[in-house]
Amino acid sequence: MKKSLNDSEVSTDSLNADDGSLQIANVSRRAFIKELALTGFVLVAGFPLLSRAEETAVSSGPQKYGADAMPHGWVDNPLVFVAIATDGTVTIICHRSEMGQGVRTSLPMVVADELEADWQRVHVEQALGDEVRYGNQDTDGSRSMRHFFMPMRRVGAAARSMLEAAAAAQWQVPVQEVTAKQHQIFHPASGRVLDYGQLAEAAAKLPVPDRETLHLKKQEDFRYIGKGQVGIYDGQDMVTGRAQYGIDTRLKDMFYAVIARPPVFGGKLLSYDANEALKVPGVIKVIELKSSPPPADYNPLGGIAVIARNTWAAIQGRNALKIEWEKGPHGSYDSVAYKAELEAAARKPGKVVRTEGDVDAALQSAVKRVEAEYYAPHLAQAPMEPPAATAQIIDGKCEVWACTQAPQVSRERVAKWLKLTEDNVTVHVTLLGGGFGRKSKPDYVIEAALLSQAMDGKQVKLTWTREDDLHHSYLHTVSVERLEAGLDLQGKPVAWLHRTVAPSISSTFGPDSKHQMPMELSMGVINVPFAIANLRIENPEAEAHTRIGWFRSVSNIPHAFAIQSFVAELAAAAGRDPKDYLLDLIGPPRRIDPRTLGDTWNQGESPVLYPVDTGRLRRVIETVTDAANWGSKLSKGRGLGLAAHYSFVTYVAVVVEVAVSEDGKLSIPRIDVAVDCGPQVNPERIRSQIEGACIMGVSLATLGEISFKDGAVMQDNFHAYQLTRMDDAPREIRVHLLPAAEFDTPLGGVGEPGVPPIAPALCNAIFAATGQRIRQLPIRDQLRKD
Amino acid sequence: MTTLTINGKPINIDLPADTPLLWALRDFVGLTGTKFGCGIALCGACKVHLDGVPTLSCVTPISAAVGKNIVTIEAIGQDETGKKVQDAWMSLGVPQCGYCQSGQIMAATALLKQIPKPTDADIDKAMSGNICRCGTYCRIRAAIKQAAGITEVTV
Repeated sequence: MKKSLNDSEVSTDSLNADDGSLQIANVSRRAFIKELALTGFVLVAGFPLLSRAEETAVSSGPQKYGADAMPHGWVDNPLVFVAIATDGTVTIICHRSEMGQGVRTSLPMVVADELEADWQRVHVEQALGDEVRYGNQDTDGSRSMRHFFMPMRRVGAAARSMLEAAAAAQWQVPVQEVTAKQHQIFHPASGRVLDYGQLAEAAAKLPVPDRETLHLKKQEDFRYIGKGQVGIYDGQDMVTGRAQYGIDTRLKDMFYAVIARPPVFGGKLLSYDANEALKVPGVIKVIELKSSPPPADYNPLGGIAVIARNTWAAIQGRNALKIEWEKGPHGSYDSVAYKAELEAAARKPGKVVRTEGDVDAALQSAVKRVEAEYYAPHLAQAPMEPPAATAQIIDGKCEVWACTQAPQVSRERVAKWLKLTEDNVTVHVTLLGGGFGRKSKPDYVIEAALLSQAMDGKQVKLTWTREDDLHHSYLHTVSVERLEAGLDLQGKPVAWLHRTVAPSISSTFGPDSKHQMPMELSMGVINVPFAIANLRIENPEAEAHTRIGWFRSVSNIPHAFAIQSFVAELAAAAGRDPKDYLLDLIGPPRRIDPRTLGDTWNQGESPVLYPVDTGRLRRVIETVTDAANWGSKLSKGRGLGLAAHYSFVTYVAVVVEVAVSEDGKLSIPRIDVAVDCGPQVNPERIRSQIEGACIMGVSLATLGEISFKDGAVMQDNFHAYQLTRMDDAPREIRVHLLPAAEFDTPLGGVGEPGVPPIAPALCNAIFAATGQRIRQLPIRDQLRKD
Repeated sequence: MTTLTINGKPINIDLPADTPLLWALRDFVGLTGTKFGCGIALCGACKVHLDGVPTLSCVTPISAAVGKNIVTIEAIGQDETGKKVQDAWMSLGVPQCGYCQSGQIMAATALLKQIPKPTDADIDKAMSGNICRCGTYCRIRAAIKQAAGITEVTV
């Protein structure tokens, strides 16, 4: 019984034009794997999965944390993740979605290192959506490496151990006498050597070793981990146009679709006329899709789909539709009015979510009071590849190909909508042309499946246009943060009152509670690690009028913007240096149990393993300010701004240098950013993630805004929803990675924590350069003098 | 029926003459390396070369490409400059998600063919039509300089 790792095949016709010739050839990687399977494989499906209940490393008591607490937890069975062909090719499964963070390089690299595999002979295969088999696949929360570093190390070590045992048996020597090195097993005493390929079949017949017996490598023996010299696995495909994203899926005789959706969330179709659309050359059919009642969940929004022979015909057909929509309950959503609502709510007491001491009394007796309100608008993730998915249904079995951060959720939802069992739904995960949280919501995958169903199971590729993406995203929330502090004679805060008002992601999944979830409050607001005796945090109500969802770093964005700006404002009010002031506020190095700060969520991690470590927070601040030459005298119109933020259990501090011209033109010569994410598995990709976070942070701070009028999004495309381009990007980004104190320090997240401190550091730099304080994002032309 | 010369080969395209080249390449010919990002000439993901000129295929009807030598990302590596750019992209680990990089490489290659030793201002001008949401701009700039053999930073 020899099977491919994914036990499936794809008949995607790919066009190979490497040599300039055009020919249809089946070059699917899975087909390649299938070939391998026929020529000899270690993997045999059907072994019982190792029990994950035995794992105790990250548990403390009955409460589960980390990967243990995620749906379907983790799996570390080498038979699931590793296959070795008789030619020695090592195939490693990546079960998390690649969206630019480098996970298809970094996770297999961990396996390869423990396996002593030669990276040049490693082939990476993407897992299907199947969490029972692979463990959790929700690629979000900056947790792929955090949750799967140890399981993947054990996968590699177990496979290595099986190869060692096979060699020892063949040579009839004790297994202790053999060693694995770079794709070979050696018996030094006799000088004998066997390649992994020669051992593959024998190793396959051996039992998987117990987890407790595995010998993990010592840190000094790592070949790839921590080194950063392994190139991006998909890099060559990416620079030659061969990389296959969701939007690139091509199936034989495929139809192409776009959908006209209700412009207002909660709206419905009243009537439509498809006559003109059907006259467009290439248009095949027009299909009505039903809207779903609230809550939004991942449900399709409904509307009118146009099915055509190519994408352009579908778009032209959609343009020719005449549709009347009913706006529904959110038809008057207006961002200007809503901002005023949020401000009004922030100026009145709200639900108390954390309280220490007596804030009111301390404010009364303070020598000085400072208050400020900060506004951060909705944002769209706007991945460069808009949502896209392809589906077919043959003999009651649905297959989808999608750029999804949520392969298992896609599978479950497609099954539910098509009334199939999950066994009859296969989700192929393509590369993602960016995700940033948008592709965690598989509404577009369900849409593609429904369209295939409506086309009698024929192959349909659904493409979202950029307009669709901006109009129908699951937007980052919109928020007003109101902060008030009382200062003593030395300018030190004796009272801190923070009211955070923002529609919650929970409104997308249930009745709108109008309050933020613990998860959102724990993103920098409730767990603020400042040494202030009197502190109160309130969360007044805010009603959602659109689909609110995750955006890279989520509520940390408005929270860090407000808090780190306010600290700089307090420093100014106290006449002190912002860095010294921030360090004083953080106080001495200490490890704080997040529960004592009212944070019961703690990023899903154990409060014992992941305390709030103010020493580490101080260290990133000290590192980044040293690197940026903090305190140096800059020329007129230039300024340095500092911000630090702890999120995704990683510590980040940023110094932004700005130059503001006489007429108010902003440029950013340099950003220094210091990161303490614990041990660094792939430092090269960590650097690239942090560089990218700096630019995304600059982009959202300077330009990012989605706004509503009459219930609908006002921004149609990149002329209105602007993103930072090359000419306005920071000219230089210097990433300073702090070495972990100890290698067994728990890992922190990387993908998201770089984003939140950028906006406040930038605004603090603008203040240093010009004396102008930005409290409303985006900055756009607020600095203009004309 | 429109006949186009794509990566050196004549291809018959059975699509209306006003169909954008982008969709002809992607949906009809099957060259999916050229990407859709905005559809209205705002992001650069769809950039190809028409007779060596960087061109946004999402707003270029196939009728306007007749008789021109269309080169896409799939074949730019056959060009000496294009290959240098791709190699520099790899050597500096430019791509993150990689989706916009087809257009970035086409833009960078066209720049270096026109200006072999570009200044930062030249780079800004040539590359600002291409959006990268992952934020790889600093590495793109460095890779262009590497491909150009520039070691000193020019301002």
